[in-house]
Amino acid sequence: MIKAAPLVAVALLCATAARAEDPPDVAPASNDGVRWFNAEEVPTFKIEEDGTVDWNTFSGFRRYHAECHVCHGPDGEGSTYAPALKDSAMRMDYYDFVGVVAAGRQKVGAAENQVMPAFGINPNVMCYLDDIYTYLRARGSDAIPRGRPAKKEAKTEAYSAAEAACMEG
Amino acid sequence: MKKGILGLAAGLMLSAAVPAMANESLTQAASDAKQWVMQLGNYAGTRYSELTGITKENVGKLQVAWTFSTGVLRGHEGSPLVIGDVMYVHTPFPNNVYALDLNADGKILWRYHPEQNPDVIGVMCCDTVNRGLAFADGMIFLSQADTTLVALDAKTGAVKWSVQNGDPAKGETSTATPLVVKDKVFVGISGGEYGVRGHMTAYNIKDGSLAWRAYSTGPDAEMLVDPEKTMVLGKPIGADSSLKSWEGDQWQIGGGTTWGWTTYDPELNLIYYGTGNPSTWNPSQRPGDNKWSMTIMARDADTGMAKWFYQKTPHDEWDFDGVNENILVDKEIDGTMRKLLVNFDRNGFGYTLDRETGELLVAEKYDPAVNWATEVVMDPNSDQYGRPQVVAEYSTEQNGEDVNSTGICPAALGSKDQQPATYSPETGLFYVPTNHVCMDYEPFRVSYTAGQPYVGATLSMFPAPDSHGGMGNFIAWDATKGEIVWSLPEQFSVWSGAMATAGGVVFYGTLEGYLKAVDAETGKELYKFKTPSGIIGNVFTYEHGGKQYVGVLSGVGGWAGIGLAAGLTNSNDGLGAVGGYAALSDYTALGGQLTIFALPD
Repeated sequence: MIKAAPLVAVALLCATAARAEDPPDVAPASNDGVRWFNAEEVPTFKIEEDGTVDWNTFSGFRRYHAECHVCHGPDGEGSTYAPALKDSAMRMDYYDFVGVVAAGRQKVGAAENQVMPAFGINPNVMCYLDDIYTYLRARGSDAIPRGRPAKKEAKTEAYSAAEAACMEG
Repeated sequence: MKKGILGLAAGLMLSAAVPAMANESLTQAASDAKQWVMQLGNYAGTRYSELTGITKENVGKLQVAWTFSTGVLRGHEGSPLVIGDVMYVHTPFPNNVYALDLNADGKILWRYHPEQNPDVIGVMCCDTVNRGLAFADGMIFLSQADTTLVALDAKTGAVKWSVQNGDPAKGETSTATPLVVKDKVFVGISGGEYGVRGHMTAYNIKDGSLAWRAYSTGPDAEMLVDPEKTMVLGKPIGADSSLKSWEGDQWQIGGGTTWGWTTYDPELNLIYYGTGNPSTWNPSQRPGDNKWSMTIMARDADTGMAKWFYQKTPHDEWDFDGVNENILVDKEIDGTMRKLLVNFDRNGFGYTLDRETGELLVAEKYDPAVNWATEVVMDPNSDQYGRPQVVAEYSTEQNGEDVNSTGICPAALGSKDQQPATYSPETGLFYVPTNHVCMDYEPFRVSYTAGQPYVGATLSMFPAPDSHGGMGNFIAWDATKGEIVWSLPEQFSVWSGAMATAGGVVFYGTLEGYLKAVDAETGKELYKFKTPSGIIGNVFTYEHGGKQYVGVLSGVGGWAGIGLAAGLTNSNDGLGAVGGYAALSDYTALGGQLTIFALPD
């Protein structure tokens, strides 16, 4: 039993190292009318050559700076007490990310008092979580700089319909 | 039953017999400059010390006398108390309390470690700060993050009683210091970003039983206002003043929280405090003046009944949370001695009012960058009397939902946040830690879920343009004229409470971690020392063994730690400007330490 512990630790280290070497796939592959997805059907961003961002990335910027930035800092950069989400979004699997936001997470001990609340019942967060994830990945991959995106696509009717269904549902 | 009623009557008579006594033990302790018995130094909130051991001539020789690690790494606001030979140190969540023996190099006499559900951390909007302890009648009062108000035996740390003031599951939390007056302890509530309905609550210090609760919004009876006798700018407040100023029942989730400071005038027997922003941050979702958010409240300390209100920012559109401290001074205005109340509001105006009547005497900008309003109307005959004149360009209401209003000064954190100012009766000046930060603000529609953030706006903040490039100033202010006397530029917001002394020195801390001492007359820097972490605590002083000490808590965090840890940028400036606004993380890291200074022997 005593020997097993270091083995596990090594395995974890390797897993982290392997992930860090492989940047996640953020290339837009398909669009369902509401947002862009990569080849694995995970939401992603699309930035035009002139810097115009897709509506979802802009929406994610806006919602992030209402719901998340009071703990996680401006532009996903982190604060004195909460991690930089632009990095977390690159490191974390989409489904893990959604799970943590919905259910929350606690790291409470002698040195840490970090508590991520559960947002699962909060439509202001959950209806826009794909947008927020998209925005953070755009930040994490340096596809967009810090600050408010200067140019954005217009909101589509399909997006508006999906938004209304979620917020009113 | 009969006995009970008699006992109650006897108690009432007793308290009636000592009307002028604030709290005997506390008043006595506060008159002794050797102790530091409440967070703002005294009931008037001047944070001024009569001690003269450290002067402008010798302060340059200050040295670190001793230090103490709090063991907590979040934002450290407030300051310790010194009662007799004991110093009482508080921490952010988990809100530990230490009693340190000043006769034995700070040996720990007792410690109190409360058990709190860590879930509360997740509903504290802006770090797990706590603005410190209160003392009276041999008890130490602590208002924990989870809104539990605890009375501890000052000698042993044993819990004498505790009472729950709110429900963290609804986003109700506590960060403010309690204040004791006579036989009651007052405590406010935090959670304006969760739609919490604000209130000030008085508990009897004897046993923690509820004495009264005054809501900031809602029906007159629940706000403890008298439609005929409660005054607003010289006129009766009238019936249903709050209900008429909201659409529907939005007031029930409409904020007006009370997380700032409370001061007290023993002669008038009035307490003064401010109410916070209306919820949500999207003004279009709450038409009306949203009374009585953003209001200075004067209440009878015994009954809670409101004497007068003044709403600084009707229908807030910027989160200019109106909770900053109200400092009570007596000064001459136009040849007449007046009982004054001075308030440096988040909205960038420095207000001087008559604290007996609530008459508005002065309202001037204390940062020239302030641009959201042109002025506050001072003509009592105008229908705009007392109201700020909003500039359309910076009105997030007029620009509307889903529109980004740019270049608004100050930013949501205000020209000054909770960090308390100080007043020196020698110079007659106020010394104010300020922010020099502007913002873009875009409101949008949100829905309310109990216990969840209820914000409804996105904002980005950046240093005030066309200025010195820094994000703060430390200023000296003449409250009778409404003028800045001098202003010291700071690279970061000054988020530390200031303290003036009879030695002619003013102390404050900086976010990089410096404790600074400046000349009260000129602002000339006389001393600085870099403590282990950024300072958002309040400077305090005491005398022990015939020697004056100055102390401050270090531990960067709070709202300052959110925006500034990553550095602030102006999106309009592009990336090129970022270098000029270097991140705070280049200067300091988390910490939790008390540093005590003294002159060498």
